Amino acid sequence: MNKALVIGAFFSLSLATACKGQEGGAERAGAGASGGKVTLDGSGATFQKPFQEVAIEGFTKANPNIRINYAGGGSGKGRQDFADQVVDFACTDAPYDSAGIAKVKGGDLFYFPTVLGAITVSYNVEGVDQLQLSAGTLAKIFQRDVSRWNDPAIVADNPEAKLPDAEIVVAHRSDGSGTTENFTKYLDLASGGVWKLKSGSTVEWPPSTQAGSGNGGVAQIVKSTKGAIGYVDLSDAKASGLSYARIKNKAGKYVAPTADAVSAAGEGIVVADNLVFSALDAAGDAAYPITAQSWCVAYAKQADAAKGEAVKAYFRYMLTDGQKLLGEIDYAPLPKSLQEKALAQLEKVKVP
Amino acid sequence: MLDLRGRRELGDRAFRWMATGAAALVLLVLGAIALVMTDRARPALEAMGLDYFTTSRWSVPEALYGVLPFVWGTLYTATIAVCLAVPVSIGVALFVTQIAPRWLKRPMVYAIDLLAVVPSVVFGLWGVLVLSQHAGLGRSFLTAGIILAFMITPIITSLSREVIETTPTSEKEAALALGATRWEMIGAAVLPHSKSGLVGAVLLGLGRAMGETIAAALVIGSALGHLTANPFSPGNSMPAVIANEWGEADDLHKSALIALAVTLFVVTIVVNLVATSIVQRSVKQSRGAVA
Repeated sequence: MNKALVIGAFFSLSLATACKGQEGGAERAGAGASGGKVTLDGSGATFQKPFQEVAIEGFTKANPNIRINYAGGGSGKGRQDFADQVVDFACTDAPYDSAGIAKVKGGDLFYFPTVLGAITVSYNVEGVDQLQLSAGTLAKIFQRDVSRWNDPAIVADNPEAKLPDAEIVVAHRSDGSGTTENFTKYLDLASGGVWKLKSGSTVEWPPSTQAGSGNGGVAQIVKSTKGAIGYVDLSDAKASGLSYARIKNKAGKYVAPTADAVSAAGEGIVVADNLVFSALDAAGDAAYPITAQSWCVAYAKQADAAKGEAVKAYFRYMLTDGQKLLGEIDYAPLPKSLQEKALAQLEKVKVP
Repeated sequence: MLDLRGRRELGDRAFRWMATGAAALVLLVLGAIALVMTDRARPALEAMGLDYFTTSRWSVPEALYGVLPFVWGTLYTATIAVCLAVPVSIGVALFVTQIAPRWLKRPMVYAIDLLAVVPSVVFGLWGVLVLSQHAGLGRSFLTAGIILAFMITPIITSLSREVIETTPTSEKEAALALGATRWEMIGAAVLPHSKSGLVGAVLLGLGRAMGETIAAALVIGSALGHLTANPFSPGNSMPAVIANEWGEADDLHKSALIALAVTLFVVTIVVNLVATSIVQRSVKQSRGAVA
């Protein structure tokens, strides 16, 4: 039984590597051109999967000839799939690093920012309606330097709240995740050296913490455990009816994660020429500091005419009409200036 | 007549080629898997050296990959599972075969066999909902061990029952005729006869517990970098780490996970080999005893 399992796992892995070798783009070109219908495959970030779902629904209603499949699987998987040309586009919470970009097989690529979203710090403490936390205190809580709710560090952030003398239960992700990466990046960036666990899709959480699978898993732990605290994206936190903390931003203000506060963070960011930026710890009085961003990537030179046009049309939709859908699913639209830059960049995508 | 024979020979030959081909294909695939996996595991193994197997820190941001706690966690949870499952399984098997009235026997066998095919994710989710939350065990080695015990109990029971049922009636009746109680009869006739088969059943259960991915990933707690024997502490196991981290892994991290898969492969093979040799030895012993 276990042998079969292991062999199955190995087999699928070796299949994945076998697929790497072939030129996915060239092989698909025929399929796209022969019929009137075009199918686009995308994969990547689960952070923006809710957005992809509503955007695909809206887009394909207006363009019935185009079918789009978006498989989640994580930003890392998206970058890998895109580099190996097994998908037509991918979405990711973080750009390629220098080693990763060298392995991209289809030539130059463009990053298109699509969504901004808040990562909440959700908690379950009776009698505390509006918790306030600074990055330094957050770092202490999540690395277990602070283990009780009435610790002086938390009291300093909440002079008026009645904090109970109760144990803090820290909840984090058990699976590798772009949300963990952005949250730990924020702590690394903003805690002024307090944060010791560095940043990554998984970090070495202290042993006395709880792990849940996915945003939903962490939300579930927070909801069901008294004294729990965890990082959850805004839509899952809302769906689970959790309370979330106001976080102290760069300007020294405690700001709650709302669509407006996320948009405000978008206004305060510095964008590079390739449209790569970080919305974490953005400037501005109203900015929510743990704001994450996500991109979709497309090749600068599309290999196939029909697919290339479809990719451009879908990206245009995501950057224009699709932006209007974001509010309903608790994300925030891109600031105008960034949206215009992205649309201008989309014009540079060449279709044969 | 002649024609018919020719055709039959052709059928024979075709069958032989097909069978040989299938056998060769299995070896080929296995070889290719080992080759590709080892090759892709190399960057991590080269970067970490022997530390990969002997250190405990698994820090993706610092590119430190030590798998000792995961190997430990795999063996530890599997051992907990087996210790919990074996007494129950063999007890149930003995009850069904020796004690249960005829009308109860069939439904029980049916229910046990049914449990053996419940998908592991169902056990995992049940574990999260009931053991972690309601029973307050949290996510830990013990929770994972209990879930794994639930998963392997039907398998061990099912196999043990079949083994025990092969005990010759003459031997059982001989024991009873000599004035043995039912309990003494089980000890004197049933258990010695089924020993090797029972060991085999337990080892199959152990193997399944070691390779179980999803249920373990859901309830084991996904702790990184801690080597502890405390059963209430969150831990991790090799398949759980691979399942949890594969999606977001890059380059060296991915290579470290593939190396972990190779390690799991090797550990499983070693356990299976040891298991097989134990079973064979005990089969020889019991044959010797009977003869």
